[in-house]
Amino acid sequence: MKSSISQIKDSLRDKKISVEELYDEFLIKAKSSKTNSFNLLLDKENNILSIKESQKRYENGNPLPLDGIPLGIKDLFCTKGIRTTASSKILSNFTPNYESFVTQKLLDDGSIFIGKNNCDEFAMGSSNETSFFGPVKNPWKNKNVPTDDLVPGGSSGGSAAAVAEGTCVASMGTDTGGSIRQPASLCGIVGLKPTFGSCSRWGIVAFASSLDQAGPLTNSVEDAALILNSINKHDFNDTTSSNHVREDYSIGINDKLDQKIKIGIPSDYLKDVSGDILSQIENTKKALIKHNVEFVDVEFKTTEYALSTYYILAPAEASSNLARYDGIRYGVREDGKSLDDIYLNSRTKGFGDEVTRRILIGAYVLSAGYYDAYYRQAQKVRRLIKDDFQRIFNDVDFILTPTTPNEAFKIGDKLDPISMYKNDIYTVPTSLAGLPGISIPSGLSTNGLPLGIQFIGNYFEEKKLLQIAALAEKELNFNGQ
Amino acid sequence: MGNNWEMVIGLEVHAQLNTSSKLFSSSPNQFGSEPNENVNFIDSGMPGMLPVMNFACIEMAIKTGFALNFKINKYSVFERKNYFYPDLPQGYQISQFEFPILTEGFINIDNEGNQKKIRIERAHLEQDAGKSIHDIDPKFSFIDLNRVGTPLLEIVSYPDLSSAEEVVSYMSSLRQVLMYIDVCDGNMQEGSLRADVNLSVRKKGGELGTRCEIKNLNSFKFIRQAIEYEFKRQVDVIESGGKIEQNTMLFDTSTGETRAMRSKEFSHDYRYFPDPDLLPVNLTQDQIDKVKTSVGELPQAKLDKFIKDYNVDKDIAKIITVEKQNAILFEKMISETDVKPKFIAAWLVGDIFAFIKENNLEVSSLNEKTKEITDLLKLVSDDVISNKAGKEILPKVLNGQGKPSDIVKELGLEQVSDSGELEKIIDEALVGEEENISKFQGGSDRVLGYFVGKCLKATKGKGNPKLINKILLERLKN
Repeated sequence: MKSSISQIKDSLRDKKISVEELYDEFLIKAKSSKTNSFNLLLDKENNILSIKESQKRYENGNPLPLDGIPLGIKDLFCTKGIRTTASSKILSNFTPNYESFVTQKLLDDGSIFIGKNNCDEFAMGSSNETSFFGPVKNPWKNKNVPTDDLVPGGSSGGSAAAVAEGTCVASMGTDTGGSIRQPASLCGIVGLKPTFGSCSRWGIVAFASSLDQAGPLTNSVEDAALILNSINKHDFNDTTSSNHVREDYSIGINDKLDQKIKIGIPSDYLKDVSGDILSQIENTKKALIKHNVEFVDVEFKTTEYALSTYYILAPAEASSNLARYDGIRYGVREDGKSLDDIYLNSRTKGFGDEVTRRILIGAYVLSAGYYDAYYRQAQKVRRLIKDDFQRIFNDVDFILTPTTPNEAFKIGDKLDPISMYKNDIYTVPTSLAGLPGISIPSGLSTNGLPLGIQFIGNYFEEKKLLQIAALAEKELNFNGQ
Repeated sequence: MGNNWEMVIGLEVHAQLNTSSKLFSSSPNQFGSEPNENVNFIDSGMPGMLPVMNFACIEMAIKTGFALNFKINKYSVFERKNYFYPDLPQGYQISQFEFPILTEGFINIDNEGNQKKIRIERAHLEQDAGKSIHDIDPKFSFIDLNRVGTPLLEIVSYPDLSSAEEVVSYMSSLRQVLMYIDVCDGNMQEGSLRADVNLSVRKKGGELGTRCEIKNLNSFKFIRQAIEYEFKRQVDVIESGGKIEQNTMLFDTSTGETRAMRSKEFSHDYRYFPDPDLLPVNLTQDQIDKVKTSVGELPQAKLDKFIKDYNVDKDIAKIITVEKQNAILFEKMISETDVKPKFIAAWLVGDIFAFIKENNLEVSSLNEKTKEITDLLKLVSDDVISNKAGKEILPKVLNGQGKPSDIVKELGLEQVSDSGELEKIIDEALVGEEENISKFQGGSDRVLGYFVGKCLKATKGKGNPKLINKILLERLKN
């Protein structure tokens, strides 16, 4: 069992270990890792001031909520003075002069960044294979084919692999269609995507603005709650940031449920799933039913449209969001004879295949003559998907689904983009609706690979969502790496 | 070229709003700074930066809505207009497309003495782009991003205009209103107000022709030249058997000609879609009503008031109301004195404006000197000093060389209005003028002028001419 944030803080408080020793321990492990889960690691010298200040606070008996905790940060968050690449060639030389809202909050709470986690290029991918810096390897192995290198999922694949391997205590990821929950599931850790509007998008390299949301990848639900406490704040600089009153998400997280809880299981999600996946849901049912939890079957009317809706809207927004990477003001510029040539060469060479594909899809669905058939239609369907969730939430407190339709697969196995997109079939609807979802590890497949379940809550009900997830976590008693 | 052709013109006017910061960023919105001085991370399109709407721009749009008789839409949406250009760092311009903030307005313009109503289809908020500078270096282009994100209100008229004069009248009326309600400084030279002209030609009363758009005209002179040239060009093309292609044109200010920039086939597909970084604008009636009180009196209302209530001549009233600061100065003077407004108005557009022009001053710089000016005008209108003396003193008063009454004393310009003294002078002047006196009595009025001049000369110009006239007539009739 890996230590939780609370346990590490106890050790630091009790002087069993110093902040510096803790940092060293993680850094050494990260440096010797073969998973390729970091695009950049920060040597101790880079952080020595923060380490010393953190140590001082422990010695003065007033440590901050995340004091001294070594965190990984997905390479999509702009970090001041630290190279930020979005795992893309086009930004491979980019160092921002500003700190993203979310990472600033983590720094304010005393955490120390150990490095920038590898991810899919511009967060576009479900296997971390689209990164300019190469694929990330899942620390888990198929016990039947132990020589195969497996994907960690994506796009926050480096984050998930690093947390699973123990090269950082937790990592900040982003989730657009499942990019936190799916890799968390494939790596046997916890991944939380908060309600859209909870955590500011300011300073996060944008993929699809109406879907992007920051969230933690952690070893435990409690750790996720602690990090959520730091990052879940209103930000005036993000117009879509909600200004609702935030709670303390960790206090009372292990309290007994005081009232009956009703959880819906969408029968349409389970139609064609393998026995491995089905048993995750069955085990969860069994584990929770004794805790005053009732399970009911629910059925979505919109599930079959979710993926196509997502793969119209997300690329549409991406095609525009990525227009600023033109090689003119920053990033990698390729020469050309004319202005158009500079654009063409910089972007052709700067973007990988998947990103190019999505820019093209996005430009297409927004084009004159196609807009109504694709983009506008998809917006309408998105509204129906939201309504569909609300209809179900009229009757239940949470929705329980598998996080992914399959276990981690071999690197290079899913070369066909469509079959790759299908990996997000359970996470995408939640993203389209803007609802919070959490994936927790629930058990192992017959190949000995971790599988996860997803709890979906209603808007801004993260507190309740974390409570039910913590209860399931305790009951399922999954043992990580 | 037959004269049975007419032009049909619609205008897209871009007005820069004079807010203190930009439409979606806190960078200063000002002209004339060092290149790239007013640029922050949002303006330069850095990764992860997000726009935050400046509500002052919305308020200015609402204000314009009231002033130009628009329907003010409670719901409007910012969309992205996608295209690549080095002075457009985001790769898109945030604009309003399907749901603009203002629709269906109008303005009445003066058309050879008659009023003509020009309908305005819509007005929407959008970001300005930066500037590309190609003529500094033979090899490199330079980019100045200061203007990036400056708030623009694009005002799109219906094709209700049918001559260059009407277009200029429309444009200057718009400019006047926007300056009156203080949303735009109206400085066309600095690009605060620019127009795209959509022009087509047709046989009088016939079907609409294909239009061409002339981009980015920033002076009345260029607008007039461009329209006249383009009208002639289109008519020539058609009369020589050709067809007008729907082109975007540039006006070359050095040759006075228009030429095609790009044709419709190569026109951009801007791929508009609602900006997911921004929520739709949802205004409450309260927010709209609050702005209404700040609109103030519009130029037409002021003009009517000056003519009707103050008895000012129409032409003079027009000159005063052209710019708001004129009207402010005028009204301030009226409020401070009992001198007749009509009298003040004549002086204002005459010697006072001449002084301002000569010295290259802002009209508003005289707002602090109105007391001295009206004191001076009072001396003139009360015949304490002559009109001529008033004109002589005015520059000294405006230059702050002392109170009018002191200057008058100092220079000894007070008129002689003592009739006893004047009678003496006149009697002396008439000595030995028997011949001229009998000429006058024989019906020659011209002689009167001669006598007045002679008397004035005798008073060294200080005699009250009205009084001299009066006494002279009495004497001569006897």
